[in-house]
Amino acid sequence: MESGKGKKFMNYSEKWKAERERKAYLALDDGTVFHGVAFGAKKDALGEVVFNTGMSGYQEILTDPSYAGQFVTLTTAEVGDYGINPEDIESRGLFLSGLVIGDLTEPSNWRSEKSLDGYLKESGVPGIYGVDTRTLTIHLREHGNEKAYLHVEDGDMREEDAVAKAREWEGLDGQDYAAKVTCAEAYEFNQAIKQSNNQAIPHIVCYDFGVKTNILRSLASWARVTVVPAKTPAEEVLKMNPDGVFLSNGPADPAAVTYAIENIRKLLSSECRSGGVGECRSDGVENSPTHNSPTHPLPIMGICLGHQLLSLACGAKTGRLKFGHHGCNHPVKNLATGHVEITSQNHNFAVLPETVPDCLEVTHINLNDNSIEGVRHKTLPAFSVQYHPESCPGPHDSSYLFNQFREMLLTVQNV
Amino acid sequence: MKRTDLRKILIIGSGPIVIGQGCEFDYSGVQAVKALKSLGYEVVLVNSNPATVMTDPDRADRTYVEPLTADYLHEVIRRERPDAILPTLGGQTALNLAMELDKRGVLKRYRVELIGAKAEAIERAEDRNLFKEAMRDIGLDLPRSGSAHSLAEAEAIARTIGSWPLIVRPGFTLGGTGGGIAHDAEEFARIVSGGLEASLNHEVLVEESLIGWKEYEMEVMRDKAGNAVIVCSIENMDPMGVHTGDSITVAPILTLTDREYQEMRDDSIKVLEKIGIETGGSNVQWAVNPKDGRRIIIEMNPRVSRSSALASKATGFPIAKIAALLAVGFTLDEITNDITGKTLACFEPSLDYVVVKIPRFAFEKFPGANQALGTQMKSVGEVMAIGRTFKQAYLKAVRSLEAPLKYHDAASYDPWFKRELDEIEEYRKFLASQKDVLTGFTRLTGLEENTNPVNPVNPVLQNEQAYLLLLQAKVFGFSDKEIAAAIGSDEIAVRNSRLALGIRPEFGEVDTCAGEFEAVTPYYYSYYGFSTGLTRFAGLTNPTNSSNLVNPVNPVKKKIMVLGGGPNRIGQGIEFDWCCCHAAFSLRKRGYEVVMVNSNPETVSTDYDTSDTLYFEPLTFEDVMEIYDREKCDGVIVQYGGQTPLNLAEKLEKAGAKIVGTSPKDIALAEDRDFFRALVAEIGMKQPASGIAHSIEDARRIAKEIGYPVLVRPSFVLGGRGMAIVYRESELDSYVSEAVAASEGKPILIDKFLEHAIELDVDAVSDGETTMIGAILEHIEAAGCHSGDAAAITPPVNLSDKTLAEVKRYTEIFAKRLNVVGLMNLQLAVKDGEIWMIEVNPRASRTVPFVSKATGIPLADLGALAMVGEKLPVSHSPFPIPHSPNYYCVKEAVFPYVKFPGAKITLSPEMKSTGEVMAIDPDRFGAYYKSQVACGSPLPKSGNVFLSVRDDDKPHVAELAAKLKELGYGICATLGTSTYLWNHGIEARAVFRISRGRPNAIDLIRKGEIQWVVNTSESDGEASGDSVKMRSSAVASGIPVTTTLAGFAAAVAGLAETRVEDAVYSLQEYLRPMRASADAAMS
Repeated sequence: MESGKGKKFMNYSEKWKAERERKAYLALDDGTVFHGVAFGAKKDALGEVVFNTGMSGYQEILTDPSYAGQFVTLTTAEVGDYGINPEDIESRGLFLSGLVIGDLTEPSNWRSEKSLDGYLKESGVPGIYGVDTRTLTIHLREHGNEKAYLHVEDGDMREEDAVAKAREWEGLDGQDYAAKVTCAEAYEFNQAIKQSNNQAIPHIVCYDFGVKTNILRSLASWARVTVVPAKTPAEEVLKMNPDGVFLSNGPADPAAVTYAIENIRKLLSSECRSGGVGECRSDGVENSPTHNSPTHPLPIMGICLGHQLLSLACGAKTGRLKFGHHGCNHPVKNLATGHVEITSQNHNFAVLPETVPDCLEVTHINLNDNSIEGVRHKTLPAFSVQYHPESCPGPHDSSYLFNQFREMLLTVQNV
Repeated sequence: MKRTDLRKILIIGSGPIVIGQGCEFDYSGVQAVKALKSLGYEVVLVNSNPATVMTDPDRADRTYVEPLTADYLHEVIRRERPDAILPTLGGQTALNLAMELDKRGVLKRYRVELIGAKAEAIERAEDRNLFKEAMRDIGLDLPRSGSAHSLAEAEAIARTIGSWPLIVRPGFTLGGTGGGIAHDAEEFARIVSGGLEASLNHEVLVEESLIGWKEYEMEVMRDKAGNAVIVCSIENMDPMGVHTGDSITVAPILTLTDREYQEMRDDSIKVLEKIGIETGGSNVQWAVNPKDGRRIIIEMNPRVSRSSALASKATGFPIAKIAALLAVGFTLDEITNDITGKTLACFEPSLDYVVVKIPRFAFEKFPGANQALGTQMKSVGEVMAIGRTFKQAYLKAVRSLEAPLKYHDAASYDPWFKRELDEIEEYRKFLASQKDVLTGFTRLTGLEENTNPVNPVNPVLQNEQAYLLLLQAKVFGFSDKEIAAAIGSDEIAVRNSRLALGIRPEFGEVDTCAGEFEAVTPYYYSYYGFSTGLTRFAGLTNPTNSSNLVNPVNPVKKKIMVLGGGPNRIGQGIEFDWCCCHAAFSLRKRGYEVVMVNSNPETVSTDYDTSDTLYFEPLTFEDVMEIYDREKCDGVIVQYGGQTPLNLAEKLEKAGAKIVGTSPKDIALAEDRDFFRALVAEIGMKQPASGIAHSIEDARRIAKEIGYPVLVRPSFVLGGRGMAIVYRESELDSYVSEAVAASEGKPILIDKFLEHAIELDVDAVSDGETTMIGAILEHIEAAGCHSGDAAAITPPVNLSDKTLAEVKRYTEIFAKRLNVVGLMNLQLAVKDGEIWMIEVNPRASRTVPFVSKATGIPLADLGALAMVGEKLPVSHSPFPIPHSPNYYCVKEAVFPYVKFPGAKITLSPEMKSTGEVMAIDPDRFGAYYKSQVACGSPLPKSGNVFLSVRDDDKPHVAELAAKLKELGYGICATLGTSTYLWNHGIEARAVFRISRGRPNAIDLIRKGEIQWVVNTSESDGEASGDSVKMRSSAVASGIPVTTTLAGFAAAVAGLAETRVEDAVYSLQEYLRPMRASADAAMS
């Protein structure tokens, strides 16, 4: 509801006085310090500073587990204008280290139920506003992402000490954050499906490295989805009789998630039976001689961290981008159709072009920097994209990829 | 890829500036011409507006300054045989013309292709029913509605819709009468009954009202491969019901969640696909119910629009240029983003700032007109401001308006925002709404409590709290002047304190990508940052970003700042922007670096590649001086942007800026009444007798002494009460009593009015030694009509060689005496062979672009070079006296009366026109005739002319009426005029005066029996009331109205001379002989 009819307008005298007393700062490990005003939870934090250039979607960004271990700087000028609603949530909680913004505003939107400030407070996440986010962004563009310490707590803290803490922090390189944000145990994610012709509903097992809910919603619109913890062995996944396996997005360094790479290798070499009823074995040998439906390779789709892991499993290497891609306006070209999609992006690591193995074909590239945005296995039914076709936030241009995965499932079964 | 099957492309401009179609289409045309020419296409341009940069003869290959009608375009097409027409960059005018050419079969006959938008797509977007059907097909929500032929049917529809209010629109009425908004059943019954009666087919449309809903816009670009991007999203602060052109708008959209935004994005792209916009930009408008989010499609414009111009300036994405490239075959991923120089145009700009646009109104010019905002656009201009927060942008936009607002007084805002604050507040309170901002001002008590924190000698300043307080006020967006008002100080004192404290603005870049990539096109806005201020106070070094570094100073290049004109308004519009652009062009060509400052998003001056560095900032002392200091300019040009920069000149000079060209002191002297009278007397020139009256008695005495008629005006203009000509004491009395009341006892200036004199405009340029006349313009209307409203012709046709030589001599003398360096405009009157001085303005005038088009003399360019110290080319000076070309140019004004029903339609000393057209023809009367066609009121080639003239004019009218009879026209006249005509042997049908009986003129207009109204009115009394009604009803019916005898005479001569086949020639052909010598002069 349009809240606040007859609401009293802000008393700036008081507001400014309060702001003068809530001074906070963000100290980067190179010694640069950005001052501002504290909001959200009064809790100092450590993290890596990244910037996101999307102009809408702060609620989705806050609840995206891929931001675990990071301070998210939103470059958009005003944050908080549409408040917080109960629907636009992308995971079970907030995993980011903190929020860095230019201006904090009061909500005005019919779906809003609380303010951004209140939401961060109750979620235990600190924030800082009044920061010149443009200067910070250009600093990051020029120096790359940096480790930082956010001081919002009451009481003075010397800036040198904060910088030192930022320097001491281990950072995200080589860190397995998927393990920190993944679900504790497997669960089903199902919603009503419009079924036609009594077609069998396929079963998809989704590895949760920090999965966003809209990925699950997208898959569950045509499939039965089982979400499994990041460390679930391939054998256990196969026992669930999946018609396809999905590798989710997630935080931090893909190279550190070695167990997942191992599991994906196993899955790539697995066969499964058509129709979602066959049993699968990792060695590809029929274990049930009485069952004579043909077997076929297991379809796999990956997004973001899932894409990096699939590529690593196929023999590619990943590395860090200078300041990553975080935003909603990146043009990506689909090399097969020539069509350009405006995409949602959130990653610091990427597949290195010179390491793409022969078995993979590059399907999508980023038109801004020609980095790899999608690959497909040349012989197996497996593909992945670096960006976020599930959007939330961002344009819906690439949602066709979920259909492509569905088509792939049907095709392999009908061969 | 570029299409190689096209060679020659015709671009249609948008014609004169009118409300709803401003100079944004010059900006789009310029971009398109540039883009297409750079690809090697031959570009032919048609536009009747001489004040445009696009019609400069060195832009297109062939430029036709001809009326924008299908007939003239047909001629151009016949002559030029273009392969294609690009109709999407000249507003609705160009789109309509393209459609008409298509319907007439012209395009088919000459095998001309429409590029940018196909006829079917335009049809589908423009036709209400086809559009609705198409939208329903793709599943979009539309307002619930139905049509009824009886009250019972209408009531049934009302029940189905189920909510009030409801909009009732009668089908097929004349002038849209009979509809309305019904808030309850009773009102509904009344309006429906009235509507059924007014409707010719006894039908009313009943529609759900969206009034009060949130309004949003999306600017979409789409290429032939189907790639589509949203260039900019816009949120209107004024709800549905107020025309978007009159709404305060904000970019980007701020109050939609990503989910809502992306759904709107998907649907906007779908709309383009469905309508069939294969290439180019379109604007899609949405209404959203603020209570439940229900979203309804309002309309889409299949062309570059006012919003696209705003979107381009707001994001740095050159929509018009890209639209032109897409139209000739490119795809978005083949075009580079000029701002970054690296990334591609196929992306969606990300903004790290907020943009606010506020419209500017001119109601003071149209007393009597309905001022309520509604679906009819009424604003004449707009400002745009950029800030790092909404509040900063909003407050900057407010101060860019140049409105006399009192910062603590909400009521002073009302005439400038024309909004019922309390009612609309609900829809615009999404942020610090206007009222909130105002509250902010009054709540600056924190500042007040701290005694005087901005006094640098006050020890309180050592106090961090006080420093922070001032910083907070600046970060909030308050100007020094506003802070001064809040604490009872003055602007300069606050500024000095601020400078002493080191609180200076940061500068952000409009870079399309929120800092993600480096920008190569310097396009800036200022802001105050909290974090940088805090760091600075702590004595630390601020982190800097590359956009905060001024461009490396080029030691060889001198840097000149050009101040633009701010928002368009009546009397200060595109003509001044044209001058500013030409200052930039000529100075850059000569190796100077040009820094442009302006706040008007419609202009070419604010295009990213017009100057070397662009600042989108308010034209106030504070904002301009900060830029001047930061850029370390070598000088600033204040005489090209109209009154706005002139008003700043003195303060800027005092603060250390170097004003180049005529000094502010000399400019002020020219306006000093006493000084100027003495100067004119000393030079030995005639000037109208005058006096200053402090009371009615004074006024009567002075008027009697100098003799009627007299020109009267308040010495201190309030509320737009302007000048008037009065013919007798009774008129004087009523004028003076009103004016004295309005001006709180300030005196009234009375001048002798030179009746039936010829008025002249002289535009000249001087370097301080040599003075060169660009052209002498002879007004077609007799003296007394504002020069901006008068039709004028050049070269002059009624002046002797002796008079011309005198004019030249006087021009040179005044240039010398006023130490003019740069441009100068003289207004003179000639009566009985004698020259009278009216006024001298040592600055750019409204007619400079017209003169440059008419003569090929680049006046503004020469003026800019003179200001930086270059000498005019004496030896080459090819224009000692206006040459006599073998063609004539007529300038005619265009008025916005149709938007202001009820306003007086009369030419007076107060300017009311919004724009102008130019017509060129080998024959002087032919040129006048064309000018009437071009300004949209073509004189009828047959039919009945209605005459109603004042007594003084009657002796002259008989001859003209006889001529019309000869040409086959019928004459109708009011009783008085017709009696006079009968007495002189001219048959005329007599009708009643409106106030006396029927049938009267209005009846005949309604019945379509009158094709032209000639009405030279009295300025008061019964006849005047009649005139207002008659002229309004003629304007509403699209019938030409002539209000002066001189205009009537020129028109009759024009009709007599007009050939059936109107030949068209390009400006380049007309100017060829002149251009050669002009080029020599410039080189």
